[in-house]
Amino acid sequence: MKNMKAGLFALAGLLGSVVTGGAQEPVKIGMITTLSGPAGYLGQDVRDGFELAVKMNDGKLGNVPVEILVEDDGLKPGNGRQIADRFLNNEDVKLFTGIIFSNVAGATVPDIVDEGAIFVSPNAGPSEFAGAGCHPNYFVLSWLTDTMQGSAGKNASDLGYKRAFVLAPNYQAGKDAITGFKRYFDGEIVGEIYTRLDQTDFAAEMAQIREVAPDVVFQFQPGGLGIAFLRQYQQSGLLGSIPMVVSEPSMDHAILKAVGDAAEGLNVSGAWNTDLDNPTNAAFVAQFEETYGRTPTMYAAQGYDTALAFASALGKVEGDISDLDAFRSALRETDFETTRGAFEFGANQHPVQDWYAMRVEKNDAGELVLKTRKKLMSAHGDPFAQDCSF
Amino acid sequence: MTLFLEQVLNGLQLGVMLFLMAAGLTLIFGIMGIINLAHGSIYMIGAYAGTYVAMETGVYYAGIPAALAAAALTGAAMEFLVVRRLYKRDHLDQVLATFALILISNQVITLIFGRQPLFVGLPSALSGSVELLPGLFYPSYRLAIIAVGLLVALGLYLVINRTRIGMLVRAGSTNRDMVRALGVDIRMLYTIVFGLGALLAGLAGYMAGPILAVQVGMGEQILITTFVVVVIGGVGSIRGAFFASLIIGVFDTMLRAYLPGFLRQIMAGSEADALGAGLSSMGIYLLMALVLLVRPKGLFPAHS
Repeated sequence: MKNMKAGLFALAGLLGSVVTGGAQEPVKIGMITTLSGPAGYLGQDVRDGFELAVKMNDGKLGNVPVEILVEDDGLKPGNGRQIADRFLNNEDVKLFTGIIFSNVAGATVPDIVDEGAIFVSPNAGPSEFAGAGCHPNYFVLSWLTDTMQGSAGKNASDLGYKRAFVLAPNYQAGKDAITGFKRYFDGEIVGEIYTRLDQTDFAAEMAQIREVAPDVVFQFQPGGLGIAFLRQYQQSGLLGSIPMVVSEPSMDHAILKAVGDAAEGLNVSGAWNTDLDNPTNAAFVAQFEETYGRTPTMYAAQGYDTALAFASALGKVEGDISDLDAFRSALRETDFETTRGAFEFGANQHPVQDWYAMRVEKNDAGELVLKTRKKLMSAHGDPFAQDCSF
Repeated sequence: MTLFLEQVLNGLQLGVMLFLMAAGLTLIFGIMGIINLAHGSIYMIGAYAGTYVAMETGVYYAGIPAALAAAALTGAAMEFLVVRRLYKRDHLDQVLATFALILISNQVITLIFGRQPLFVGLPSALSGSVELLPGLFYPSYRLAIIAVGLLVALGLYLVINRTRIGMLVRAGSTNRDMVRALGVDIRMLYTIVFGLGALLAGLAGYMAGPILAVQVGMGEQILITTFVVVVIGGVGSIRGAFFASLIIGVFDTMLRAYLPGFLRQIMAGSEADALGAGLSSMGIYLLMALVLLVRPKGLFPAHS
């Protein structure tokens, strides 16, 4: 009886492979991302970058046809969770990506990985899933918030600044940003202000900065707040006298357009820029501009890289994701090029990559662009990896 | 010392912005008995209309008439279409209807302008800083805001105290029914008051544009503080709104500037920062509670 059952299964498997061999069923990839609200352009760029890689390969990743299911979480953790449930139970999706914000990831990722599905983050990188909370089904292709904001601290030290004044809104990501900055900054913190999350006028803070006269100011103000902060920084005359360092999420290529002259001379740090010199990046930037008619942001590059990672692993397992262990090992081999150049997964399946110092400068045409200045850190992992064991 | 003076100026600047909002709100509240939550939307619409015209023409000053016109038109339309039907209803209905106006105007603005904030540059004559005292530099644009706010306050004082319209407004805020019984066209008066309030809100919105981001929801941020001003000043009292605005502006700025530093001297750094940020956000509401405890009708009540 047992043999007969096994035989039937084998037969079914055989039939199945015959069917897929003829016209392979596309592999479903569930993309839960933020498309609405002021931060909607982040998810839009991740999606467009990812879809660009699929388009460039005629609807395939790693020579395997794929179907991408995109849903908007509206920056609400509850929505993210509901979409994940629907994808898992109704659509039988095994591969997930797309989440932009740490709070959505915090509510959604545990559900996905506990169900045995794989999640590859194109942006969100909370430290809680990088150390003791790591999971074999969870990969991050972008960066950790801590390292991203920390790169600004490294940049400040590298530029020779000794006394830093730091500002961030009074909520979790703001505190993480300042923790990250302090971790990588060698000098002294001469002022630390937590602003209100709904605060748009920073005149009182500007006066304090002027009074303390630090070597450098580090600020993290998400979205429209950051733009208001920079403009007031310029209006109060501080722009010319006290330099500022920020990380790339505070000055991506979309914000740069909105801010205009107030951004000139700003020191930025990050893992990707349009002018990084590698063939994958050159092809990506050219294709993206041609297809969508706008400059890609770091989010677009991360979406594109995520698609390349999927392509490599899907190619290795030839589109068979019934054995997720094989897929996971294939992904862990990091046998793919990224727009960021050298890229490996660390022990906690978070990136080990290079970090760059950039500056906002005018190009020959008089337009403000983000120009890469030098490499800040090479093959840099994160301090949480040591706490992670699978 | 220069830092202290600079923070006083920052407080004054916040204060006059609040006054421009609160003057209209307190009159509408005091004379018409309407709780107008949509006052912040008029502020936003003024900011968007003015900024749009300034961006299209490239001239900052061209935005001023556009902002005023858009705000006044919106105000008149709101009064005619919605608010006029609410005078006899209770406050809950008014809150519901004007809250709906907030949602509608936010969505309409999103449909027209999208979610990306708009920006307008400073007029070139006001883009620099002025050295008021040796070592005390202050942005000229913010000085201009203070000047405009004080001029508007003076103008309002003259209108309210020296003109026939002003007399009716004062009478209306003291005893509405008596004014009506004496045969004054109260509808006309209501429209004038509502339009005036909308004008001032539009002006405030446009002036805030170059400093803050012109974005959807900007009105709600200032509206809550404005209500605190109205309550502290005394409902219906322009004089109360003026002094309460300046008090709130300076008080809020001083808390933000000095409380964390003060607390850091008596406790550990991170705790002081957390407590300081928390307390300074609460400060104006605590002040409001205290004022209401001592003077339940506000500092300068109109109905005395």
